[in-house]
Amino acid sequence: MTQLTLGRVTADRDRLRRLLQDYGVYLGVAVLLLVNVAFTPHFLSAENFRTQAVQVAPVLIVALGMALAIGTEGVDLSVGSVMALATSLVSLYLGYGPWIALLVAVAGGLVVGLANGSLIAFVGVQPIVATLALMVAGRGLALVLLPQLKQVHDPGMAALGSGAVLGVPYLVLIAAGLALLTAFVVRRTTFGRQLLALGDSRPAARLAGLPVRRVLILVYAASGAFAAVAGVLATARLTASDPTSLGTLMELSAITAVVVGGTPLSGGRVRIGGTVAGAVLIQLLTATLIKHDLPPSWTQIAQAVVIVLAVYAARERGKR
Amino acid sequence: MLSVTGISKTFPGVRALDGVDFTARAGEVHALIGENGAGKSTLIKVLTGVYRPDPGEGTMTYDGAEAAFATPLEAQHAGISTIYQEVNLVPLMSVARNLFLGREPRGRLGLIDFRRMHRAADEALRELGVRVDVRRPLRELGVGAQQMVALARAVSVDARVVIMDEPTSSLEPREVRTLFGVIRMLRERGIAVVYVSHRLEELYEICDAVTVLRDGRAVHTGPMAGLDRLRLVSLMLGREAGEVREEGRTEFTGGHQVTDAEPVLSARKLTARHHLREVGLDVRPGEVVGLGGLLGSGRSGTAKAIAGALPLDSGTVVVAGAPVRTGSTPAAIRAGISLLPEDRKAEGIVPGLSVRENIALAALPRLSRFGLVDEARIDRIVDTFIQRLRIKAAGPHQKVGELSGGNQQKVLLARWLAMHPKVLLLDEPTRGIDVGAKAEVQRLIDELAADGLGVLLISSDMEELIEGADRIVVLKDGAVVEELTGEAVTADRLMRAIATAPVGGPA
Amino acid sequence: MTTADVRDPAPQAVGAEEAAVDAPRPAERLSALAQQHGALVTLVLAVLAAALTFEPFLTADNLQNMALSSAFLAVVALGMTFVIVTGGIDLSVGSLFALGGVLAAWGSQYGTAVALLLPLAVCGLIGVLNGVLIARSRLAPFIVTLAAMLGARGLLLAVTDEGSQTYLVDKSTFFAALGQGRLLGVGVPVWIALVLFAAGALVLRRTRFGQYVYAVGGNEDAAALMGAPVARTKITVYTLSGLCAGLAGALNAAWLVSGVTILGSGMELEAISAVVIGGTLLTGGSGFLSGSLVGVLLLKVIQNVINQIGSLDSAYQQVVSGAFLAVVVIAQTWLGRRGRRT
Repeated sequence: MTQLTLGRVTADRDRLRRLLQDYGVYLGVAVLLLVNVAFTPHFLSAENFRTQAVQVAPVLIVALGMALAIGTEGVDLSVGSVMALATSLVSLYLGYGPWIALLVAVAGGLVVGLANGSLIAFVGVQPIVATLALMVAGRGLALVLLPQLKQVHDPGMAALGSGAVLGVPYLVLIAAGLALLTAFVVRRTTFGRQLLALGDSRPAARLAGLPVRRVLILVYAASGAFAAVAGVLATARLTASDPTSLGTLMELSAITAVVVGGTPLSGGRVRIGGTVAGAVLIQLLTATLIKHDLPPSWTQIAQAVVIVLAVYAARERGKR
Repeated sequence: MLSVTGISKTFPGVRALDGVDFTARAGEVHALIGENGAGKSTLIKVLTGVYRPDPGEGTMTYDGAEAAFATPLEAQHAGISTIYQEVNLVPLMSVARNLFLGREPRGRLGLIDFRRMHRAADEALRELGVRVDVRRPLRELGVGAQQMVALARAVSVDARVVIMDEPTSSLEPREVRTLFGVIRMLRERGIAVVYVSHRLEELYEICDAVTVLRDGRAVHTGPMAGLDRLRLVSLMLGREAGEVREEGRTEFTGGHQVTDAEPVLSARKLTARHHLREVGLDVRPGEVVGLGGLLGSGRSGTAKAIAGALPLDSGTVVVAGAPVRTGSTPAAIRAGISLLPEDRKAEGIVPGLSVRENIALAALPRLSRFGLVDEARIDRIVDTFIQRLRIKAAGPHQKVGELSGGNQQKVLLARWLAMHPKVLLLDEPTRGIDVGAKAEVQRLIDELAADGLGVLLISSDMEELIEGADRIVVLKDGAVVEELTGEAVTADRLMRAIATAPVGGPA
Repeated sequence: MTTADVRDPAPQAVGAEEAAVDAPRPAERLSALAQQHGALVTLVLAVLAAALTFEPFLTADNLQNMALSSAFLAVVALGMTFVIVTGGIDLSVGSLFALGGVLAAWGSQYGTAVALLLPLAVCGLIGVLNGVLIARSRLAPFIVTLAAMLGARGLLLAVTDEGSQTYLVDKSTFFAALGQGRLLGVGVPVWIALVLFAAGALVLRRTRFGQYVYAVGGNEDAAALMGAPVARTKITVYTLSGLCAGLAGALNAAWLVSGVTILGSGMELEAISAVVIGGTLLTGGSGFLSGSLVGVLLLKVIQNVINQIGSLDSAYQQVVSGAFLAVVVIAQTWLGRRGRRT
């Protein structure tokens, strides 16, 4: 009898934990919103929401690609460097018009992603190591192409960075569109299903005849392309190309958003909605601390704590 | 030396050990045998402290006193060493460092005295008849020599019981001779050796006593000498010779409408080092061909090789007249070969995905247009199979990992049937699933054959094999030793073939 | 596939000497040589090429500069080598390097002891935290140390008034001499780095702890079964890495006579590159400190050469070391796979 109740209690606790892991991020966002509404002056203004959303857009876009990589039980550490590479390329090719520049930048991201993917899928290098090598080389390449900060004076880019439709900034629209696209790809396409299957059980995926290598290469190519898009958008918003500092620590922010959003590092699951909420959560956390005059040092420490907690929580699930 | 009486080990839903008695005596080599799932590995894990036996049932005594090991390390410190099939050492470290890890001889300032260590390592290995450069990384050695190093480590930590789990499965004949020399030496030193193997010749050569496990029970314990081979095989397989009932224990109707058409699958001279030697077989449309043999005889290897999942050194596979590129799973699948793997959990299902996604997994490219999944078509196919195979799940969206073994197996069958295969390779399709599901799977196999599929069936269940198969190809040590057809498909003939097959070293 | 020289102990086998069949194949030996000495050969070639091409390369000043800037990276790479040999990675060292420098500069006003002990204590503690989370809670090393990188940088900002405060070191103190002084014409930090490398090599090669480091990286499960204290070993190496990064930062601050807050970013990558180029396997279980030292020197020589080619930007160094890293890693993966097949 007691044993039975005990069993039920632990089962309930398990379910609670799972719910928390899956939806805790939304809860966190809600709590932070409420706290801010109650205690932060001028929080409930359209202008403030716009600012927050514009700031979160690049992180979110990078996190989408990262979510795919993590879904295959991998990771992409090169995203920050790809952003830097993209900003350099944009600056260099802006003379040919903003569209050409954008295409060249995204192509650059794709190439880095393909290199990552080939190292991982064909040579068999661990994802961390492969993307680490391109993290080093990518930033170097960005600096070779554009040695120092350069202002971007282009009406097209300026419009991209600060323009809006019906009050919604382009950046936010693009990020939302890419999030929807990624969610669609994960849920509705062959590629998405195959990605989840090989992230969950590599041997079973192999024996079922799935194109494991092709999927892996595509995943890292997508991650590279997304990071490049984020780099272009960040350039447009800042109206400057700064390959030295753009995207530094971006890999950490993106991983945090993905993991906080309930995508386990052990692969087999990709939660795009959670990733969006995760990115928003980190942004809100930072904004809250800043608005209450807590210095940036605190936000960094807070983010470090949040990511360790999120990974720790995800570990519990892996064990069960 | 080490003995257990009446111990049991229960896992959720399975009683892996059921009141087993087992005694390893000093100076005796004791064979521990049984088919897959008989409980050998569970028993070994209980003996070495990996698992703890069910409380309150049975006792374990070691060296005259009651004992219980909480961890493998504790068992090891007590003098019980295990040599695993996969050598459990550090491949990148030198032989000597592996031998002495954690008890290196130290000189001044607590620094390791390498000269002394190398000399001692060299001596320890020489004693076992192994001469290698102890300064070289372990991985540069052959598997046999690595095993010797593991043995030397076990002996040098004053092991009094040495458990060897299929030590010869990847050794060259010459290395096997050396190993046996060492085992004899251990026996002379009064060490108790527990020897697990499926190679009958080896058991008769090296072992003094034998315990046969079946379905979690010790069904026989006695001296090795004087034990008839046929009897040993029948003990392992669970039937007294001539006692097998030919009808009625399975759902198979027996006898399929085999056309004399060209074989739908024909494999020739499949050879893979340590696994297969020139294995050849044919399967015709509508025919169920059984693969007989003991565990480790190359049955699963043959199926994997045909399905492209085991790289071959040589050999050809032809499906419906067209040669298939070997060593490539996608190529085999395209040719119409489907494999239901033996390790359902690790290699078959994708546990985190739903029943629906699992069924549609292999056929996805066919069920998609421009890379977009055609959900309606998948729903139709999934519904059809859930009904036809009577898959019991809360719904198509339940995770496969939450289903029972039988239903997981049906999901896998559905996955492959959705591919419209020409040949179905079934590796232990009914192992570990309940009686009802077992009967259903057997009925299904019949139906599929009746539909004209070629089926290759691997099963450790004698009745299943004999009643299900029209023909049985008997394997031993990775080679075909006999083929039973028509009237000859009987348990008696099968066991005879296994017990008395011609000799020949391992592959 | 090497066949072991296994002799039958039966009497008839005595005298029937087997051929030395256990010799590794030439290809294997070659690859082992490449792993061990590839970096050294490249370094020698690079130095020769640089000396022949650039007049100022072999001047005392230039060599002194290279040696000094190598010394700080080398101390960081020392700790990193231990971590990587256990199969882990420490991405927090760049932040710890900067943090160590700032703490040392701040502490130097209270004397040399504080200037040295404070950064060691704080960075060591963060290392312990890394190790505990990795070894006991079994979290992935890259993510734990990435978080630590962020946290340490936050801490750095907190103690420097959000980066606006630069603490200076009084040039007359003994602490400043640790960075600026010379012994036999060579900078003190260089001596310190050399001594630490000698001590580290002794620990790694000749102590039981060193054996555990290799065993944990080579096959963690087997190491545990053989009785190696896996968790303790891991915690120790991350602590060591934290200590090394903190010390390197402190020495660097003594050299610069100030705690510069913006230093150290990207240093983790430099250190990892140096270690891997030096022949340590990123998958763990194999590596040596002398290689890491060579790797550091190689990176610094390349950097120096690139700096001297006026038209080239220093960013080329990152491209070159990234490419180097990729090549080395591909080669290692290749060799590793071949090794597993045997």
